[in-house]
Amino acid sequence: MRTTKLVEDVTINLLRMAVTSLPEDVLTALRLAEEEETSEIARIQLRTILANVEMADRRTLPMCQDTGLPVFFVSGRCIPHLEEAVRRGVARATSEIPLRPNAVQPLTRANPGDNLGKGMPHIHFHPSDEDFTEITVMPKGAGSENMSALSMLNPSQGAKGIKAFVLDTVVAAGGKPCPPTIVGVGIGGTADEAMLLAKKSLLRRLDVPNKDPDLRRLEEELKDALNSSGIGPMGLGGQTTVLGVLIEDAFTHTASLPVAICLQCWASRRASARIFKDGHVEYSKEGFC
Amino acid sequence: MSEKDARQLKSGDTVTLDGLIFSGRDEMHIRALEYAREGRKLPYDLRGGVIFHCGPIMKKVNGHWNVVAAGPTTSSRMNTMEPEFIERFGVRAIIGKGGMSQPTVDAMVKFGCVYLAFTGGAAVLGAEGIVEVKGVEWLDLGMPEAMWELAVKGFGPMTVAIDAHGNSLYKEVDAKVTKNVAVAKKKLGLLG
Repeated sequence: MRTTKLVEDVTINLLRMAVTSLPEDVLTALRLAEEEETSEIARIQLRTILANVEMADRRTLPMCQDTGLPVFFVSGRCIPHLEEAVRRGVARATSEIPLRPNAVQPLTRANPGDNLGKGMPHIHFHPSDEDFTEITVMPKGAGSENMSALSMLNPSQGAKGIKAFVLDTVVAAGGKPCPPTIVGVGIGGTADEAMLLAKKSLLRRLDVPNKDPDLRRLEEELKDALNSSGIGPMGLGGQTTVLGVLIEDAFTHTASLPVAICLQCWASRRASARIFKDGHVEYSKEGFC
Repeated sequence: MSEKDARQLKSGDTVTLDGLIFSGRDEMHIRALEYAREGRKLPYDLRGGVIFHCGPIMKKVNGHWNVVAAGPTTSSRMNTMEPEFIERFGVRAIIGKGGMSQPTVDAMVKFGCVYLAFTGGAAVLGAEGIVEVKGVEWLDLGMPEAMWELAVKGFGPMTVAIDAHGNSLYKEVDAKVTKNVAVAKKKLGLLG
């Protein structure tokens, strides 16, 4: 029972950390963009973002009214009844922080008001032999999530096909996903796995380079191309359309080349915690990797 | 806001707003248009008013609603409804993010309305500009989708992104983006 209460409290703490303050790598990228922008309207957007983030952090208030859907990644040691504890934490966080009640039934649009429902919150489990349980939350706003895309390319389309799909998708999204965005790309796997890879790629710090040199090059090429587009902050023009492109890959079928895109708004909110067997907890906004 | 006020604004101007605004997004637009088609009156008279594409976070303290966070939502979701909304209710300004499609721009020109872009996600700054939650209607639609009546002071900064003369920053940016993306694709060897 004690452990489930702990998980419930950790869930609330993680959600509060995530929605009220940005990870350092994202803040640094936004500050750099503000310094380098030449368009006045673009600079106003970035300054407004930075002023807003600073105010949210100081007052422990949600930086954006869209506190997203609560998406969780849980790995490591298994804790019994963890799902129930996370659910209780989400409901309490919704009234205590508060979070916006975003979760609705998809057809009737009925809103129970506590961000809980069938399949909600989303929890992705990856059990392993660690001596701790790691919980990461990524509150995902709809403005950026609505611009998600999947393409089952022909293998013959190769890297060129991937580049064209990413460019076309981000350009078509324009100002809608709240640029400067972070572009998560999943390559390979099955259709659903590609989508999950795209979302998980958004958990990597912007200042941690991809371990795979080919993917690193692809990330850099796409970032430069997207920032040359001129979409700019909020789609009002400028040189900062994306803060980064993050790619994850997995082996796929010899006849397939799935490519998935998950866009993240500038408010790239995330927070992680490790719960150890003895009950002590370590927190990190940026993540432990 | 009068038609003259709206028509005086030029795309690219930076503005702040004092007065009364109403929040409204997908569900509020759907219901308001249903009411109008059935000849029913809306709970608020929107003529000369300002619509804020926003689903705020509100908290009830001692029986009174307080605003916690209120930034703009993606306006394009209202694209199919906004031209009729502008025509029927005579609103003079729409606050949102990301811009709106040509039929809405056409309605803005015809009836005298502007689009004010507020920085997406700037919800604490938005709440700072809201001095009082005057009221709420249609709360059965859920907190984000309800129609909130908000008194604002120094609300902004906002950019006039579409003016009542058909000038649109989004169109200007689009034209540049098309050219730039062609260059980028050529550089990446994606053309031909």
